[in-house]
Amino acid sequence: MFVINCPYCGERDQQEFKAGGEAHIERPKQPTELSDDEWAEYLFMRKNIKGVQYERWNHAHGCRKWFNMVRDTSNDEIKAIYKMGEKPPSI
Amino acid sequence: MSENLRIKSSQYIDETTRISFKFNGTTYYGFKGDTLASALLANNVHLVGRSFKYHRPRGIMTSGSEEPNAIVQINPNTNRTEPNVRATEVEIYEGMEASSQNCWPSVNFDIGGINNFLSPLLPAGFYYKTFMWPARFWGKYEYFIRHSAGLGKSPMLKDPDIYDHRNIHCDVLVVGAGISGILAAKNAAKNNYKTLLLDEKNELGGSTIYENNESNKIDNKNSSEWLKKEIEELKNIKNLEIKTRTSVAAYHQYNYLLARENLTDHLEKKDKTNKIRQRLLKIRAKKVILATGALERPMVFNNNDRPGIMLSSAIKKYSDFYGVACGRKIVFFTNNDSAYENALSLNDKGIKVEAIVDIRKQSKTNLEKRVIDAGVKIYWEHTVVDTSGYKRLNNVSIMKLSNDGTSVTGNKISISCDCLGVAGGWTPAVHLCTQSGSKLAFDEDKKIFIPNKNNSDQISVGSCCGDFKLDEILKNLNEKLKDFLDITKTDFENITFNNDQEISKRNIWLLPSDKALGKTRPFVDYQNDATAKDIKLALREGFRSIEHVKRYTTIGMGTDQGKLGNMHALGIIADTAGVKIGELGTTTFRPPYTPLTFGTIVGRNVGKFFDIFRRTPMNDWHVEQKAEFENVGQWKRAWYYPINGETMHQAVQRESKAARESSGILDASTLGKIDIQGSDASEFLNRVYTNAWSKLGIGKCRYGLMLNEDGMVYDDGVTTRLGENHYLMTTTTGGAANVLGKLEDYLQTEWPELDVYLTSVTDQFATASLCGPNSKKILKKIIPDLDLSDENFPHMSFKEAKVENIVCRIMRISFTGEQSFEINVQASYGKDLWEKCIEAGKEFNITPYGTETMHLLRAEKGFIIVGQDTDGTMTPIDLQMDWIVSKKKYDFIGKRSLYRSDTIREDRKQLVGLLTDDPKVVLEEGAQIVSELNKNPVEMLGHVTSSYFSPNLNKSIALAVVRGGKDMIGKKLFIPMEDKTINVTVSNPVFFDQTNERLNA
Ligand SMILES: [Zn+2]
Repeated sequence: MFVINCPYCGERDQQEFKAGGEAHIERPKQPTELSDDEWAEYLFMRKNIKGVQYERWNHAHGCRKWFNMVRDTSNDEIKAIYKMGEKPPSI
Repeated sequence: MSENLRIKSSQYIDETTRISFKFNGTTYYGFKGDTLASALLANNVHLVGRSFKYHRPRGIMTSGSEEPNAIVQINPNTNRTEPNVRATEVEIYEGMEASSQNCWPSVNFDIGGINNFLSPLLPAGFYYKTFMWPARFWGKYEYFIRHSAGLGKSPMLKDPDIYDHRNIHCDVLVVGAGISGILAAKNAAKNNYKTLLLDEKNELGGSTIYENNESNKIDNKNSSEWLKKEIEELKNIKNLEIKTRTSVAAYHQYNYLLARENLTDHLEKKDKTNKIRQRLLKIRAKKVILATGALERPMVFNNNDRPGIMLSSAIKKYSDFYGVACGRKIVFFTNNDSAYENALSLNDKGIKVEAIVDIRKQSKTNLEKRVIDAGVKIYWEHTVVDTSGYKRLNNVSIMKLSNDGTSVTGNKISISCDCLGVAGGWTPAVHLCTQSGSKLAFDEDKKIFIPNKNNSDQISVGSCCGDFKLDEILKNLNEKLKDFLDITKTDFENITFNNDQEISKRNIWLLPSDKALGKTRPFVDYQNDATAKDIKLALREGFRSIEHVKRYTTIGMGTDQGKLGNMHALGIIADTAGVKIGELGTTTFRPPYTPLTFGTIVGRNVGKFFDIFRRTPMNDWHVEQKAEFENVGQWKRAWYYPINGETMHQAVQRESKAARESSGILDASTLGKIDIQGSDASEFLNRVYTNAWSKLGIGKCRYGLMLNEDGMVYDDGVTTRLGENHYLMTTTTGGAANVLGKLEDYLQTEWPELDVYLTSVTDQFATASLCGPNSKKILKKIIPDLDLSDENFPHMSFKEAKVENIVCRIMRISFTGEQSFEINVQASYGKDLWEKCIEAGKEFNITPYGTETMHLLRAEKGFIIVGQDTDGTMTPIDLQMDWIVSKKKYDFIGKRSLYRSDTIREDRKQLVGLLTDDPKVVLEEGAQIVSELNKNPVEMLGHVTSSYFSPNLNKSIALAVVRGGKDMIGKKLFIPMEDKTINVTVSNPVFFDQTNERLNA
């Protein structure tokens, strides 16, 4: 169980949060222009890295805000947390 | 049985309070402060159980949580019975009963003991090899195994005790209150760290608290005396909380630890009642200091498991702490100095020590001289080659070791004794350290695994990091604490020590015997009866990984997780395979360190608190009417209202007819309600629903279908436009929280430019849904001045009105196909509103109906229930709901997926109606559908999703999803059941009032 430093509320127990999968996958602005393959790429393809991964998290039982987290999936070390729309730190 | 081996009064045992208890039916006496083990030993009872596989007699080996043998059932056949309790941990109390576990019919005569003589037939992997074949015999084998493998009996009665959970946040958590832990906690707290100190024992001080020997002095005092003063000082320190009888079970990442605090297990029955028995502490610590100590290890030699063979340190604890002699003639067998101290200590108390057998070469030291002076014979470079005594040790045979330690020479010497203290060195208790994810390193000199490095939020101190000598422990502790706590000095910097120097080191993982290995029984894991032979067999059979050897031999797989034997297993593997232990790596220790009761894990979440539930404001009325309830998500919803002993079927048939013939009323408060406001609210709805929203007039309602991005139906519900920039969305009861989460996700991450605000108002409103041809008349009685004409208040529209003084929102919408009004009031007026409706409806036979009737009525109309008729693989097109998918909108969630190659297939499963050829036969939901009989295998075309007997149509109706079903209207299909085949005909899914005349009748 991690402690997550919500950028809006501060440190809270992981129980209050929901993981939302890989970060920085933008919904295409014009889905209808895309081929089946291009749309499938957005819809289904997600990385599952052992190591540093950029993820979305939601403070579901708190402020309900979404934010980004950089986490090392091999040891669950949280390397960075930043708000939606902010530039991802390079790690 | 009246033997008394209590040697002298011990300050830790209250000899004024005599306690009687029963073990295996015999009454014994002990004193307050005794564990079951110490009390039994005081009565000279060593034999406490039988081993798991060979059923060999086994005795108490240790004095702590590492005990592999003395595992008992406490208070058998009562509501407080507990299996797998270590006699070395449980404190006795008046009236306690305990019994051995793995023996039948009794510990003294055990039928399974025959396995001992069959042991050549029971090597490692025996169970895997034998009982797996042939597969059909498994049932017989299982019976035999379960009958003889007695790992205690689960309680069969309701647990009478209360359990609790507590969250603790602290700056510094210290695990283990031995000398290191006490000094660490004291210095942390004194430097303004909020500190928590835990110890699994009932007394602080660890093994130092009864350490009185001459060769370990601090400031020229006995170390026990010195430590007592330190403990005394703890009382006056602020910021320090101390919990005894509290064992840490798990150490998770981010310094999250779970500990069990034992509050009443040591109390007699009358004092247990209405108290919390055990409390699970959920601890978040900024820093953790592990001072978990070390476990003495035994040595692996032939027949090293007889009752009377114990750890040397345990003998010392029983004599010095509990005042109990473990025998009358004791021999020590050692590879280090500690046995010498123990021999001297026993000798001082008048207990006869026959000899010390030492595998090391002779050293002329002060310690040796003191032992010889005390009249104890020392056998240098000797090893025990055999022992005898079936139920109690009576003799050990020793021989001289060869130089390389792999064989024995010379004559066999026989020493008569009733207790053998084995001192095989110390293994740091690194279990918690590894659980936390910290890595270990192997110290080739000390032959131990130690924590590899300290980090900013965790350190190991004392013997759990490999420091065993007092001066070494305290000097290193001082330096580590200063660094870890960021302080300039500790309060024990300037103490002085006198330590004897150590003789020499020698370690032999598997000691030789004069017999061939195959003819000996050198046990490595006592609890699982695994010997050195089993390890060698596993290696011969090709197992190399320590994890594989462990599973094949079962070493370390018992409830003690191999606390005693794991190091020997590694050593023997390394020696046999010719590699270094450090290269093998240690096995992973997993939580819990010691077993937890289920009660502790669940805490207060039992009975009606097992799961959270939600009740509507009208709940009390439903209860008064003796409604049956069903769980919908967390909600308790009225299911049906039986009258005069009606069955569910009878009640639902009556309710369904009444709702269509006159009037019915449903508690719809559980529907999810989301208040949507903002200048972009309409645009937002356009994007999240499949249909168009911009042109919906204020005061109008519209049904919407929400998809996932993959095009599959996610949720549905009616949304009402309350104002220019204000909507009220309803969701399914079960989907409310997820829908809100999903909408927030899109708003915050994909469309942050939209000016939209979402608020869950589910709990703020109570909803009574009034339906049926007379619903308008009833509503008129309640709100006389509201114009209910179809012109003023048409279907799919909204009015705000007042019931007396209470503002309510009324939607004329329908999930039944009848004229319906959903009346929403502030939740606290819900029951009042409901009762007004019932009162006003009396003359129209208003009939409350539950979820079952609601489901039936909507099925007559072919309305889907998301999650019942859909399962995450249905598109709106599959549901024959093409009409709700806007062709004009450029985009909405899931739109692009509706024309992926897979979603436009003609042969997808599609929603259809099914009518049984025999209208009386009601299909089973979930039943599979085929188009051909007498074909094997046959393709499953789909399944029944909803099925009812319709009282309004007087026939059975069903909804189903069928491959290519859209084009099958009128086609005959078959539903094969266990005992018969049901013939059905595919139909339109709308069975009742297909032209919707009743909505405006
Ligand atoms: Zn937050």
